[in-house]
Amino acid sequence: MTDFGFKLSKSSAVELDKVDTTLFERLCEASPDARICMNCGSCGATCTAGPYSGMSLRKVLLGLQRGQDVRPLLSGCMLCGKCTMVCPRGINTRNLILNLCRIYD
Amino acid sequence: MIDRVASGFHPFVIPFVAGMVFVLGYCFIGIFRILLQLPAEDRKRFFISLVTPKTILKNIRDIFCDCLFHVKLWKRNRLLGYMHSSIAFGWFMLIVLGHIEVILFLPHRIRLFYYPIFFNFFVAEADSTIQGSLLFFLMDFFLLIILSGIALAMYKRIRSRIFGMRRTARPSLMNRIGLYSLWAIFPLRLLAESFTAHISGGSFLTIPANWVFRQFLGNDLNLLPTWWAYSIVLDVFMVVLPFSRYMHIPAEMMLIPLRNAGIRVRNARKGFAKVQVLSCPNCGVCIDACPMSVDKANIKDCTVYLTRQLRRKNERRIEEISDKCLLCGKCEAVCQVGVEGPALRIQLRSERKYALSPDYSCIPDPPPAESAGEGKVLYYAGCMSRLVPSVGRSVESVFRKAGIAYEWIDRDGGVCCGRPMYLAGRLEEAEAIVRKNEAQILGYGVGTLVVSCPICYKMFKEKYDLPGIRIVHYIDYMQELLDAGRLKASRSDLCYVYHDPCELGRGMGIYEEPRRLLGRIAAITESPKNRNESICCGGSLGSLTLSFAKREKMTRAALENLYDGKADAIATACPLCLATFSRYADRPVRDIAEIVDAQTVGTITKTEAI
Ligand code: SF4
Ligand code: SF4
Ligand code: SF4
Ligand code: SF4
Repeated sequence: MTDFGFKLSKSSAVELDKVDTTLFERLCEASPDARICMNCGSCGATCTAGPYSGMSLRKVLLGLQRGQDVRPLLSGCMLCGKCTMVCPRGINTRNLILNLCRIYD
Repeated sequence: MIDRVASGFHPFVIPFVAGMVFVLGYCFIGIFRILLQLPAEDRKRFFISLVTPKTILKNIRDIFCDCLFHVKLWKRNRLLGYMHSSIAFGWFMLIVLGHIEVILFLPHRIRLFYYPIFFNFFVAEADSTIQGSLLFFLMDFFLLIILSGIALAMYKRIRSRIFGMRRTARPSLMNRIGLYSLWAIFPLRLLAESFTAHISGGSFLTIPANWVFRQFLGNDLNLLPTWWAYSIVLDVFMVVLPFSRYMHIPAEMMLIPLRNAGIRVRNARKGFAKVQVLSCPNCGVCIDACPMSVDKANIKDCTVYLTRQLRRKNERRIEEISDKCLLCGKCEAVCQVGVEGPALRIQLRSERKYALSPDYSCIPDPPPAESAGEGKVLYYAGCMSRLVPSVGRSVESVFRKAGIAYEWIDRDGGVCCGRPMYLAGRLEEAEAIVRKNEAQILGYGVGTLVVSCPICYKMFKEKYDLPGIRIVHYIDYMQELLDAGRLKASRSDLCYVYHDPCELGRGMGIYEEPRRLLGRIAAITESPKNRNESICCGGSLGSLTLSFAKREKMTRAALENLYDGKADAIATACPLCLATFSRYADRPVRDIAEIVDAQTVGTITKTEAI
């Protein structure tokens, strides 16, 4: 390919029709709360693992709905439970993370 | 006393003998299996403890105090204590006295083990002796004691409140059969001995009863049916014993030596845990104690139901019960038997398999030791302090005022202590966090580590390997600073009620130190439920499934206990309690660190380490 000195970046559009959300659906069965997240990001702001693995439950939930691999984020979680205490929707985030770790394949 | 039955046998003893053989056989096989299930190291420890004079004495003392006299129950509620010890000790005495009678009067029969039980049937009174009438008197006396206990037990079924219990566990079918047969044993014994009293002799209960019966049931035909009935209910009781809560009678005698040998729960289904589960008599004391029970829906998740479901092997319920609990440890603190509800649950949680395991390689290793830390104090605020930054700030301010050279390891965020992971039953993952943290802390090269969160404190003390580092909670550290005169305290004009955090109080046994420190700078009052009966704030990380909304009720109930007429504010020493209470409390909630900071001034200008 000729080098024009610039290149097009890969499209970051998410084609929702093609995304595989089975994992998210399975998570919702175990933790129906997953659906009521309003993406406020409070969980990410307090996250102990955030500075290390980039963990933020908001990103994990969004990622799952977009069919992305969220394992690198999730693997840093220390289950410290602060996200549960700050979640304005009262989601039991800690249990949700445990459920997710249980069903992840 | 002379033998009345020449052969020394009558068919009515058969049910009793069969029941006895069954129950003894069952228990021996059980003991054998439990010993096999113990890890080899624990088994060795157990056998050694059985020949160590100190533990032998302790075992005997504990068996008498716990199994026969129910000392712990007496302390809880005298009526409840009387009810249990009258039946247990009374029955024990009947058996002992029965043996004495046989040894004294019919020594050639001592090999027949049903003789002491049915003594009155097999003898005829030839002459009355002082010994004989004393023994008969004692027999009637203890029978009366037991009967009074049984009467109380019946009354308790109807009204449990007078025993200081609001709720009791619902008995299952086997438990009910066991219960009713136990209730029937002693009235039937009284009847049988009364019908026989004109032959065998008796005392203040049996002789008058015999006289009354003879007025309208004038012949000896009633004698045999009552002895048969007595033997049959004994048989029923012994046959259902292994399948009912009455298994606690033999199990507790095994539990006490195992516990005194220093054995701990390592597997929730086998060995030591199994003995604990069998030792639970379903007394239900843990129901009222449990902070979750403010919500009726949670009553079936208390420890009494955990032991029941573990016996029934109902896996679905076992999982629910083990996940819901706050692991506050209160059930264990009030349990007279010593069932470790929290430890059992953590082990049950650890049985679970996860497809995804955390990977902490993203946490960088500490930079090479700068030796800057030497002679300094390292402060670990814990990750919770990010939600209540005032605690960390206060500790830091106290350090500054006292002129302490310190480093704050997690000022800008750090690694969790690992206890929340441990409580969730992911033991290896918790271990990984611990190792990461150890490396970070050792990197500073300090001699003292001050922590402000009791959850971290317990984890550091129990699971960390930090050679050469003294781990202290700020409660002790600030006390030392005051003692050393590095801080000068003035008294606050507020009156505080102190809330014992679960992990600091029941978890680490620290009850007096916070009161002493707080007492130096403010007036304190006590709440009705305090020290080892303090009520969990409801924020505990122990529970996996309790939702935010459900916890509110528990927090409010815990606050209700702290609302004392005199107290202007609530003091605690845990950032999690602080955050949880602050949400709903009608008066200020303060961490002791904040109060100390507000009430002290420094006396030292030069910064140095101590
Ligand atoms: S529990 Fe996990 S996701 Fe939540 S704040 Fe702690 S480390 Fe972050
Ligand atoms: S705090 Fe709760 S609502 Fe907000 S993004 Fe996180 S999970 Fe969603
Ligand atoms: S666990 Fe302890 S307090 Fe609870 S019912 Fe059993 S013996 Fe009683
Ligand atoms: S540990 Fe606390 S919450 Fe759990 S069952 Fe015992 S008393 Fe209830």
